[in-house]
Amino acid sequence: MSAAIGAGPQPSSGSAPDRGPARIQAAFDRAAVEDRAALVVYLTAAYPDPATSRACFEAAVAAGADVLEIGLPFSDPMMDGPIIQAANQHVLEAGTTVAEQLELVAGLRHLDVPKLVMTYVTIADTRGWARFADELAEAGIDGVILPDLPVAEAGPWLEQADRCGLATVFLASSVSTDERLAAIVAASSGFVYATGLLGVTGVNAVAGDVTEALVARVGTRTDLPIAVGIGVKDRASAAEVAGYADGVIVGSSVVRAAGEGSAAGAPERVAALVTELRAGVAEG
Amino acid sequence: MSTSLPVRPEAELAREGYFGRFGGQYVPEALSGALAELVDAWDEAQHDPTFALELTGLLADYGGRPTALYHAIRLSEEAGVEVWLKREDLAHTGSHKVNNVVGQALLARRMGKPRVIAETGAGQHGVATATAAALFGLECTVYMGAEDCRRQRLNVVRMQLLGAEVIPVESGTRTLKDAINEAMRDWVTNVATTHYLIGSAMGPHPFPTIVRTLQAVISRETRRQFPEQAGGQPDAVIACVGGGSNAIGSFAEWIEVDDVRLIGVEAAGEGVGTGRSAATLTEGREAVLHGSRSIVLVDDDGQVSPAHSVSAGLDYPGVGPEHAHLATSGRATYVSATDDDALHGFRRTCELEGIIPALEPAHAVGWVLRHGREALGEGARVILTMSGRGDKDVDEVVEVAGWELGVDRAFAAAPPTGRRTP
Repeated sequence: MSAAIGAGPQPSSGSAPDRGPARIQAAFDRAAVEDRAALVVYLTAAYPDPATSRACFEAAVAAGADVLEIGLPFSDPMMDGPIIQAANQHVLEAGTTVAEQLELVAGLRHLDVPKLVMTYVTIADTRGWARFADELAEAGIDGVILPDLPVAEAGPWLEQADRCGLATVFLASSVSTDERLAAIVAASSGFVYATGLLGVTGVNAVAGDVTEALVARVGTRTDLPIAVGIGVKDRASAAEVAGYADGVIVGSSVVRAAGEGSAAGAPERVAALVTELRAGVAEG
Repeated sequence: MSTSLPVRPEAELAREGYFGRFGGQYVPEALSGALAELVDAWDEAQHDPTFALELTGLLADYGGRPTALYHAIRLSEEAGVEVWLKREDLAHTGSHKVNNVVGQALLARRMGKPRVIAETGAGQHGVATATAAALFGLECTVYMGAEDCRRQRLNVVRMQLLGAEVIPVESGTRTLKDAINEAMRDWVTNVATTHYLIGSAMGPHPFPTIVRTLQAVISRETRRQFPEQAGGQPDAVIACVGGGSNAIGSFAEWIEVDDVRLIGVEAAGEGVGTGRSAATLTEGREAVLHGSRSIVLVDDDGQVSPAHSVSAGLDYPGVGPEHAHLATSGRATYVSATDDDALHGFRRTCELEGIIPALEPAHAVGWVLRHGREALGEGARVILTMSGRGDKDVDEVVEVAGWELGVDRAFAAAPPTGRRTP
């Protein structure tokens, strides 16, 4: 976790403290001070329904999530495995629009953790980069993850993100060349997302050695925190990843907890899992 | 015979991987390495005379090229325009798809990838990929929408006979778009050992360029055949468009020829404006789908709208980026044919020419029969790419159209004691 500690508190010069990147980094710094990795919890917005979804986000934060990653559903989520695909489809079939999802997001302002939106290029680009950035900023969002937006295509978005004070988190992969890693860390703000395996969300477990090596490669190139996602599902895997990363991102298993039983029981199930994960990130 | 493939003029690519403002590489980082490797392998192959020689040799001896250009006289009489069919249905595997898969299988071998995966709609590309995999000894997995597996049963069995594993895709609309999603997920997971053998002129760079270049053999042949057989040059080149591989191959060498109209026929399903259509260029808007920026059927939120067509091969809410460019620049025109137009084209091609067409090119035939005279002028001379044969469609067509055909009818019509000679 040297990167976050090394970065220290953000100086007041550079990014203003009220801007997304600084708020996100501050969350990692707070975790580092407690000598643990930060816990980033992903949930699909409006899943299984808007009211339950809101309660699940609240439960996740109450149980110890340091950062929220809020998925805006897309009809064709290329990077997602069966659990998040099904959640996306469920929300879309219920007819929940992006505007309604953003309304839900805006209703999470009272949660005192940084919030990122994760969605696909098609959603953001069809809305228009400028409008998307404006709407997210208005909804109290701090940053964005677009897994199918490589740095080479990101120029128009980064301009708008910067204008609205939003962080942009790019994904690094074990197959990324040194040249690409350099571009990824240069374009990223808030943190860098290191993918824990080659594959989609919620199917296989983190490839330990490969991922640790990737985190090390990214770490030599940036002072930004590095969080590992894809393949982390429970306390043990969270603890393992926390041993070498600044943050741990968990998605599919939390989404499953939200959706696998009655809606009324969803917040409790999410809280129970997040409590476990939080214990895990402190063990690493 | 040329010894290397024609290299695309640099001026046409505004930015690497772009056709005008369409194209690009909107993919997860995990695929960055594989795409870069593919760009390099393609670049090397294009400048390697042995690659072109092997490809041309295989397409001739194994693939049955060149395919015939045939003056369809009776169809012409009915249409009021002079129709020359480019007989890709006569190529090995029964469609133009063989042109692309042989080339990409050679690339997979150059890259040392022992496994290929593919998406398929009608099954033509899946069959072609399974064929090339058998030929080169590659492991092969084909993703096919569950709905399409049902519609195109024959091709499922053909793929299995050729040694491929066919995986029905149950997610989303259970058609071609979802098969592509699933193939992408497989590729992200198995990228080190696997080449994604994309079947249409879509997807992230360099696929649209690779597929176009490999399919351009269609128009290289027609540019030689038409002057020889018909004299002069055609007034129009017409092809059906789903993702757009046979169309871009049919257009490629004619793009630079003045006064030759390029007409792509999309599938309009139940009709443009009904919400049950696959006429992407007519009804879509600029958006990113499956790795590139193009024209896509999306709603105001950016959710991809389900496409609809009687033809599984055209049932796709996107289109290759070069077609989006040709459409917006005005070099090509895109029209549409409904399910009904296609069924009409299908039946008349059978009855007038003794050719059972695939449902996909039957859209182009249907459009020519119903709109050709008016749109092109009496007696206009057109090349129409017959992109595949229709054996695979027979069951589905008879069911959808409600024609009284089949084994039951044969028995019902037979005299009780069998045929007698007078």
